[in-house]
Amino acid sequence: MRSFDFVAKRVLFAVVTVFVAITLNFVLFRTLSGDAVSALRCRQCTKQFKEYQREQLGLDKSKVEQYKVYLEDLAHGDMGKSLRSERPVTQELWAPLKNTIPMVALGTLFSIIFGVLVGVVCAWRRATWADRTGLWSGLAFYSMPPQWLGLLIVLFVAGAVGLPTAGIKDPTLGILGDASTWDVLVDRLRHMILPALTLGLVLYGEYALVVRSAMLETLGEDYVLTARAKGLSNWRTVRTHGFRNALLPIVTLVALSLGFIIGGSITIEYVFSYPGIGLEVVEAIDQRDYPILQGAFLLLTMSVILANLVADLLYFKLDPRVST
Amino acid sequence: VSASVQTASAAEGVDVSKARRPGSIKSVVLSEKTAIAGLVIIGFFVLIALLEPVLVPGDPKEKVGPIFEPPSASHWLGLDGGGADMVKLLIAGTRVSLLVGFCAALVSAIIGGTVGLFSGFYGGKTDVVLMRMTDYVLVIPDIPLMIVAAALFGRSLTNIIVIIGIIYWTTTARLIRAQVKSVRERVYVKRARALGASNGRLIFKHVLPQVAPLLIANTVLLVAYAIFAETFITFLGLGDPSVISWGRLIENAFTDDAILNNAWWAIVPPGACVTLVVLGATLFGQSLEDALNPRLRVGHLSVRRFKVRPLRGSLDSE
Repeated sequence: MRSFDFVAKRVLFAVVTVFVAITLNFVLFRTLSGDAVSALRCRQCTKQFKEYQREQLGLDKSKVEQYKVYLEDLAHGDMGKSLRSERPVTQELWAPLKNTIPMVALGTLFSIIFGVLVGVVCAWRRATWADRTGLWSGLAFYSMPPQWLGLLIVLFVAGAVGLPTAGIKDPTLGILGDASTWDVLVDRLRHMILPALTLGLVLYGEYALVVRSAMLETLGEDYVLTARAKGLSNWRTVRTHGFRNALLPIVTLVALSLGFIIGGSITIEYVFSYPGIGLEVVEAIDQRDYPILQGAFLLLTMSVILANLVADLLYFKLDPRVST
Repeated sequence: VSASVQTASAAEGVDVSKARRPGSIKSVVLSEKTAIAGLVIIGFFVLIALLEPVLVPGDPKEKVGPIFEPPSASHWLGLDGGGADMVKLLIAGTRVSLLVGFCAALVSAIIGGTVGLFSGFYGGKTDVVLMRMTDYVLVIPDIPLMIVAAALFGRSLTNIIVIIGIIYWTTTARLIRAQVKSVRERVYVKRARALGASNGRLIFKHVLPQVAPLLIANTVLLVAYAIFAETFITFLGLGDPSVISWGRLIENAFTDDAILNNAWWAIVPPGACVTLVVLGATLFGQSLEDALNPRLRVGHLSVRRFKVRPLRGSLDSE
């Protein structure tokens, strides 16, 4: 029954956090920041348009009433309409979200592979030149602002490898004759590689350092000593006794660093003009389209809360001691 | 870093009893190579920031030549997109970036320290309420929240400092709470309490001096994150338009199309400065924290910056 208690507790915490996030969202956008409509900047935003918008948003009502309406709308999956395009926020955010997910997934995959590889090798060959190289490169990437790393890659790497540095598809594709599905796919992937590489490198430093210290910690355990005493080879000890157990913190680390992944991808998408959630956020900021900004923030927060819940449950599944 | 090496040597059967005990900040700094390296880097930039009025008399944004002029003998790092000298801009940026870093870290340390102190010292309901609150803030992704807050509250340096400060206190609170909880149970604190010392006296006379070094170490780490966060906010066009920071220089290089002009000298130096300071502060803060808090001797850099839940056996277990 203890496992049920643990799961119930974590789910309850997640639900309450979602509510806290929703309320924070309301407080930030509706009460502290003044009037969303008067801040709006766009070409068609005449006085009448703004008046109309204000009425539509119910900004003339009391705060408590606004909060009620806001919660009701959210319960129906309604996050309001974009102030610029008049289209529902959910609709406006869907297309960028579809672009962001594969890019972020590719970047994360990249960082996991390199981070784990380098971390394990560092721990295995600790205090050698390999360890020092891995450690210092990890620390260096860990300290770099993602947007700057992105600019460096555009400046120094993109030209050399001949990959596109902006947008999500080649504008000439499909104009001279039909492009096959394969061509479109390859084109998408080519545009995804550099932003994903930037994200991957930024995360790689973090992962490598954590994997390394988790591995070192595990290698100091008694059962590793036993394995060595049994006469297992060095590599076998590292692989089956060290790595298996060090995997635990790595799994949660990946799930929990989603908050940073999301934050980093905002500036990275901006650098590469990659039309994902990040670029959408930047444009919404630029034009003061608060409903979009609000929707994007809520979406990002929800995904992080969900990832936290998944990580908690996963950790519990992998290591039942966690609930005691 | 060093802690991992220590763990490693402990694993190899080195006599653990000889391992250095947590000591004063001074002894730690002098005995750790990484701490010295970190301190030298930070010291260098602090010196530049302090000497800024001497090094850059006049307006650093002043146009002194054609835009994106390559580095030359008179302008070591060339000119930026507005024809201003990059060296002067970098020096001016050092001042603002460090100011944001230190002030925001101070705000975080005060909030986090207070919450951690109260939570750990009083325990019970106070602890539950404060830690619940901390948990909620901890889960909400920091960077998007900072961006939204900066977009809503307007572009000024004070706003940015406050926003960064009131978002990054959570890990400090948890760290300090764990430390206070252990100090509270020590014999001399219990004796002082038995002798009738008031809570206020216990906190300020007995608990605070014990946790202060750890709080300082943590604040140094916070400086790194705050400088990092400032470049984020500023890059999205939400920085204070009237001041020059490193983040601002990166943003300017991007918006002025330094890439199309192949002007590496406008892009590389500001980011390199950020990387160096973050690296320095991380090395210094981390070495201090590892040495001062034996329970943290694993060197998980992640615990602070990315708000990853502490790994097994590292932070306080609940």
